[in-house]
Amino acid sequence: MTYIRPKFRHPGLPKNELGYTLAQYEGALSTLCAGCGHDSISAGIIQAAFDLNIQPHKLAKLSGIGCSSKTPTYFLSNSHGFNSVHGRMPSVATGANLANRDLTYFGVSGDGDTASIGMGQFVHVIRRNLNMTYIVMNNGCYGLTKGQDSATADAGSKNKSGHVNLFESIDLASLAIELGASFVAQSFSGDKEQLVPLIREAMKHPGFAFINVISPCVTFNNNVGSTKSYDYVREHIEGTGTKDFVPMMKEITTKYAEGTVQGVKMHDGSDLQLHKLANEWNPEDRISAINAVKTASAKHEILTGLLFIDRNTKDLHHLIQTAETPLNQLGENVLCPGNEVLKDINAGLR
Amino acid sequence: MSSTSHSKINDFVVRFANVNGTGSASANFLFTKSVFRMGIPVTPKNIFPSNIQGLPTWYEVRISEKGYLGRREGVDLMVAMNPQSMEGDVAIVKTGGYFLYDSTKPLHANYIRDDINYLGIPLMEMCNREYTDPRQRQLFKNIIYVGALSALFEIEFAVLEKLIAEQFPGKEQLIPPNIKALKMGVDYVQANFKFPLDIRVERRDLVKDAIMIDGNSACGLGAVYAGATVAAWYPITPSTSVVEAFSDYAAEYRTDKETGKRNVAIVQAEDELAAIGMVIGANWNGARSFTATSGPGVSLMNEFLGLAYFAEIPAVLIDVQRTGPSTGMPTRTQQSDVLEAAYASHGDTKHVLLFPSTPKECFEMTADAFDLAEELQTPVIVMTDLDLGMNDHVSPPLEWDDKRVYKRGKVLTAEDLDKMQRFGRYLDVDNDGITYRTYPGTHPTKGSFFTRGTSRDEYAAYTEDGGAYHRNMDRLIKKWNTAKNMVHAPQLYQEKSTRSTGVVFFGTSQYAAEEAIELLKAEGIEMDALRIKSFPFNQTVVDFVNDHEHVFVIEQNRDAQMRSLMMIEFSANPAKLVSVLNYDGMPITADNILKQVSQKLLLSQEKTTA
Repeated sequence: MTYIRPKFRHPGLPKNELGYTLAQYEGALSTLCAGCGHDSISAGIIQAAFDLNIQPHKLAKLSGIGCSSKTPTYFLSNSHGFNSVHGRMPSVATGANLANRDLTYFGVSGDGDTASIGMGQFVHVIRRNLNMTYIVMNNGCYGLTKGQDSATADAGSKNKSGHVNLFESIDLASLAIELGASFVAQSFSGDKEQLVPLIREAMKHPGFAFINVISPCVTFNNNVGSTKSYDYVREHIEGTGTKDFVPMMKEITTKYAEGTVQGVKMHDGSDLQLHKLANEWNPEDRISAINAVKTASAKHEILTGLLFIDRNTKDLHHLIQTAETPLNQLGENVLCPGNEVLKDINAGLR
Repeated sequence: MSSTSHSKINDFVVRFANVNGTGSASANFLFTKSVFRMGIPVTPKNIFPSNIQGLPTWYEVRISEKGYLGRREGVDLMVAMNPQSMEGDVAIVKTGGYFLYDSTKPLHANYIRDDINYLGIPLMEMCNREYTDPRQRQLFKNIIYVGALSALFEIEFAVLEKLIAEQFPGKEQLIPPNIKALKMGVDYVQANFKFPLDIRVERRDLVKDAIMIDGNSACGLGAVYAGATVAAWYPITPSTSVVEAFSDYAAEYRTDKETGKRNVAIVQAEDELAAIGMVIGANWNGARSFTATSGPGVSLMNEFLGLAYFAEIPAVLIDVQRTGPSTGMPTRTQQSDVLEAAYASHGDTKHVLLFPSTPKECFEMTADAFDLAEELQTPVIVMTDLDLGMNDHVSPPLEWDDKRVYKRGKVLTAEDLDKMQRFGRYLDVDNDGITYRTYPGTHPTKGSFFTRGTSRDEYAAYTEDGGAYHRNMDRLIKKWNTAKNMVHAPQLYQEKSTRSTGVVFFGTSQYAAEEAIELLKAEGIEMDALRIKSFPFNQTVVDFVNDHEHVFVIEQNRDAQMRSLMMIEFSANPAKLVSVLNYDGMPITADNILKQVSQKLLLSQEKTTA
C-alpha cells in the first residue's frame, strides 16, 4: 500500500450533475490492512454518493468504534464526521437527525459495534425508523483487538489461531426485518456491482435502511475454516444466485432477461427493478423475506441483494410530527414563548 | 421523645399519613394551597415510597409566618389515615400537639399518649353513609378531613370553595360533591370539638406575587424558554417530571395549532446511554438539546459525558439527585452526585455544574445552562435534587427578559469560512481555550471536520503525537479557567467577610441554612455565609474559604463531597473545613444544622480552653 496519494487528477474525469468528480467524494488515505473488505465498501460509498449527486456537505457520516468505524475518515472528506463511542452511533445519529432533517445520515458500524455492545441501540434505532443508512461491515471478528470472535461469527467457524467458535451467530439481516426495518439488504464487499446500487437505494430510502455487508478480515479471519473468508463467502454466495438480487439502475437493466424482473415503485417516483430469486418470495412481504433469509441460511448459503423493502414507510419525523423546518434553524422568535406568556403561567400557579 | 409544641398562629407543622394510591395527594395539596391563598408562606414535602399503591406515604406541611421554607422537625398536628404507620405517627407528635384519626373504630390502646390531644372523626362511617361507590368513599374521606382542618385552623371556607372550583374547569358537576364533603368535615368539627385550635391560620399578606411550583416543572419550562428543541430521556424518579413538564409546555407553546407540527422533538430513549447520545448528536448538529436523569442515569452516561468533554460538544443534563449509592432510596432526597457529576468519565475530565436552590433558579439556571454549554462547548449539569424537583415550593414569579438573545457560542457561518485561510476546529484563536466550531451542512468545501473521542491535532486530524495531545489537554484547562468567570458567582450574605467563622452551603440546604444562621445569630453566634451556585469555583469561593479560620460546609451526603471538591480544586485546607452533614434521605432541617454546628463550636471551644 502507498502512503502518498497523488494530488494530480486526470482532467477528463467524469463529472456528475453537480460538476463534481469522484475525487470530491474521497476521504483520507485508509490505514486499514491492505486488502481489507472495508476499503471496498468505502469505495462503494464514494461511488454511490457520486452517482446520487449528493452534496458532500449535506451528508453527515457517523460511526462507533472499531475497524469499520474508522472508515468514515476514508470517504467524503467534505462531510462532517462523527466517530462516537463503541456501539452508540445510533443514538448520536438519532439526535443529529432530529436536529436537522434536511441532511443525509450515513452510519457505519461493525459486527462487534452492532451485534454485541451496540445491540440495544441497533434494535431501537430500527424501531424508531430513523431516516438513515446503516451499514454493518461484518467480518465476524474484532479486528482492532486482534481477531476475537464476534457475535456474528458462525458456530463452528474457525479463526486464524485455530480457535473454533462455540456459539450461535446473530443474523443481523433477518433480525432487522423482524424488528420492522423498512429497507434491509445484504451484500459482499467483494461484489461492487451489487453493493453500489444497494447503497444508492439505501440512501434514497426515506426511512431506516440497513445493509449487512460481509467484509472479510484479511488479517484475522480469512483463513480456511472461517465462514467469513473471501473464499468461503464467494463459494456460498454463488449458490444463491446473488446477481438476481441486484436492484438495477437503468444502465444495467438490459443485462437481464425480460420477464424475470419485478418493478418496485420507489418513494421518489423512480422504479427499482428487482430480480426475483424465486416466485414465492416477495421482497415487500416481511414474513416472506425472513423466510427467504432463513431458508438460505439453513442451506449454509448467504442470501444477498435487497431482501425487504417497505416503500410507504413513515420515518421518525413523521411519527412525532416534527416541523418541516430543521429544528436547528429555529431561533428565539419561534422557540421562546416570551414574558407575557410567562406572566400567565405564573398566574396559574398562584 | 417528642418535644413540646410551642407553635401557635401561622407557625406549625401538619403531617398527613396516608396510604399511597388513595387519592390523598390532591386533597393534601388543596390544604397547602389554601394556606398559601391565606397569604402565609407554606412548605409541603411529599415523603413517598417507590411504589404505586398500598404503602405508607406522608405529606408534611410547614406553615411559617417568618417565611422559613425549610423543613422543620416535629409534628404539631398529625392526620393519621394509615393504620400501617400509626405507631410511628403517634410518636412524633409534639407534646401538646394533636392527633386526628378516623374514629369509626376505637383507637388501639398502644396509640394513646396522655400528653397529646386526640381528634377522632368517624370518617369511614360518614363516607359509608353518604356514598355508595367505593372509590368515592375513599376520595371524599380525604376531602372531609381537609374540611375538618379548615374549621380547626380557621381557614376561610371561601378560599377552599374557590380552589375546588378552579380544580375542575369544564367538570362543574364535580364541584358540589366536593364542597359537600368539605362541609361535612366543617360540620363535624363545629358539632364536636372546641375550635379553632391554639395552632391556627390567620390571614396575612406575606406571599405577595409568589407562585407555587416544583423545581422539575421550572426546569422543563426553562428548557422551553431557552429554545431547547431536542429532548431525549429515560424514565427515572425523581427526574421524570422534568421532561414531562417540558413536553406539556412544548405541546402548548411549540405546536402549530393548524397543522399539529411541532418545533420540538422528544424521544423516550431505550436507556440513559442512548438519551445522552441523542443529546450529544443533536447539539453537535446545532440544536439545543437536553436530558434529565438521576444518579444511576449519570453513572450510565459517564462514557458519553467524557466524549462530549473531550470532543467539545455542548450538552445540558438535569441531574435530579436522589439517595444513592446504587438504587439507594429512589424516592428520597440527597446531594450525593456532586463528585460523580464533577468528574464523570474516565481520564482527566471535569464538568461545569450549576446548583439551583429554588424553582426560580431551576428555571433560570436551566436556561443559562444552554448558553453556557454552547459558549463553552461542553456538558453543563444542573444539579437539582428530589426535594427541589418534586416538591412544590413558594417561589418568586418566573421572569424572562424578552430582549434576551440565545448565546450560541463560537459557530462559524459559510461567510466566515469563506473569509478564512484555513479552519482549525481545535485552534485556540482567541487565546481563551474556546475554539470555533461549524455545524454540518454549512459550507460545500470548507469547515467540515471529524469529531472524535480520540486524540487529534488543532485541525481535528487524528494524531497519537504526545505533544499535540498535551497541548490539547492544556487548552481544555485554559477553557476551564475561562469558565470560572462565566458561571454563576456565589451568593454572599455579607459585603465583606468580618467574622472568623464562615458557612458554605448549596442547593436545597439554603432555606435550612439561612434559618439556622438566624437562630445562631439570636444566640449570639455570628457567621459569614456563602452559597455556592456553580462549579468550577470562581475566585470568590476561594477567597471566602481563605478569609475564615473555620468554614462549616453544609451538605446532604455522607462523604462531604463538596468539601472534597474544594480540597481538590483549590487545595482548601481540610483542617478548616468542618462538615455539617445530613444523609437520612429527608430534606435537611435548621434544627439539625443548629445541633451539629453548636456541638462543633463547643468542641473547638473546649480545645481552645484546654
